[in-house]
Amino acid sequence: MYVAVKGGEAAIRNAHRLLADRRRGDRSVPALRLDQIVEQLGLGVDRVMSEGSLYDRELAALAIVQARGDLIEAIFLVRAYRTTLPRFGYTRPVDTAAMHAERRISATYKDLPGGQMLGPTFDYTHRLLDPELATGAAVEEPEQRDIEPEAMPRVSDLLAGEDLIESDGELPAGHVTGDITREPLEFPLERDARLQALSRGDEGFLLALAYSTQRGYARSHPFVGEIRIGEVELELDVPELDFPVTLGRIRVTECQMVNQFKGSARQPPQFTRGYGLVFGQSERKAMAMSLCDRALRARELGEDVTAAAQDEEFVISHSDNVQATGFVEHLKLPHYVDFQAELDLVRRMRADHEAENGTDATTKEAAE
Amino acid sequence: MQPERGLEKKVDAARKAAMSAFAMADGEQLRKLANQAGLPLEAEAMRGPETGLVTVRGRIGGGGAVFNTGEATVTRATVRLPSGHIGHAFALGRDRKKVRLAAILDALWCNEATRPTVEEMIVQPVVSLAAQADARKQAETAATKVDFFTMVRGED
Repeated sequence: MYVAVKGGEAAIRNAHRLLADRRRGDRSVPALRLDQIVEQLGLGVDRVMSEGSLYDRELAALAIVQARGDLIEAIFLVRAYRTTLPRFGYTRPVDTAAMHAERRISATYKDLPGGQMLGPTFDYTHRLLDPELATGAAVEEPEQRDIEPEAMPRVSDLLAGEDLIESDGELPAGHVTGDITREPLEFPLERDARLQALSRGDEGFLLALAYSTQRGYARSHPFVGEIRIGEVELELDVPELDFPVTLGRIRVTECQMVNQFKGSARQPPQFTRGYGLVFGQSERKAMAMSLCDRALRARELGEDVTAAAQDEEFVISHSDNVQATGFVEHLKLPHYVDFQAELDLVRRMRADHEAENGTDATTKEAAE
Repeated sequence: MQPERGLEKKVDAARKAAMSAFAMADGEQLRKLANQAGLPLEAEAMRGPETGLVTVRGRIGGGGAVFNTGEATVTRATVRLPSGHIGHAFALGRDRKKVRLAAILDALWCNEATRPTVEEMIVQPVVSLAAQADARKQAETAATKVDFFTMVRGED
């Protein structure tokens, strides 16, 4: 028998009202403004944009406030908002070589054209808490240096001359670019669809998998060929104009991972590559993405698939934190009927078990 | 009015640059400049302003096959001036007022009578302010450039 149960409306209404109160907190503390979050918690905003898969700083900041700083909840809110908007089209591919770079480093070449620019990095800080920040003390203006701007070719193009590194990933002619937001996931995926999934994937999950490859599960001898962070221009082709229209600029992080490869029957020994491209300043995520991209190319490169990070279905099916949190968190919703059914079943099994093995453990012992 | 044959590319490039300036400009900045320019800003809405998404694309390895990276919010508008000129605007974000104004400015740019004013009073100031901001950012980044030097090892 199935009994529908209703109730809890007042409790839910009051819970949401309580949530709003706790979210606001002590009323004597000024309420946060969105521009404060955009300006001062920018990397949290970037994470919500990247995993929410929507580039819009103010919306991401609003989501962070609404979610009380729970970034996965904020990502969920952004994803839900996305579904309410019409789609105007696909931009032209961004040109990262023409990036207005704010940071650009290479761990493989000391003197690469365009130079190494550290930019606003946490690297080389001592990770000591700074009590001055709590006092709101004035902050110095950044130093400026007047040097002739130099082009910054991608580091992969420097190595390409010797043919010791594979070229940028090409897909067969006539391949239609996959879009995981339009078609259901079907394994095996092409590399383009995989990169789309990785770009919106959970940073923590991808980081752990990337770490596993370094610890020996699908070891790939990685080097950071290059990381660059900065703004790229977006252009869109529209039917009403004869030229692509400029939409503005977005900040992205790109990581070119270079990996040793001893060669296979199909390919000579050379360096292979993993690629990461992520919204905002998200260096850790872009690095993890490029390591996962490389590990997931095992099949393509004729490597044995032995580790979790190489298992495409495992990685891509579990990388989306909105799906993951939805399924894990649904467990806390009422399962009264399911549980009653299981309780009945366990009672019956227990009765059968006891009938077969004596009434209980003590009588069994006494009998022996 | 169709541009003369052979001149389309040049006109397109100039219009593209102007539309790019409107899109890059901050809404407040654009409103201020438009008011200062004293241009007639009444127009009839033909489409929007409406907000939607574009899918941002990248290339594998930076230069290889195309893949979809994620979405971005974009607002678009199309307007018609009393003179009959039609203007379009597209810009990242959700600032509908700015994009409507940008569409009006595009239509005014398309009208050869008002084009010089739009170029001088709006496009040029926006472009030069943006160039200054870019130059400052670039100089700040350049200050973090690493100058390697080699320690000479004493061999005596």
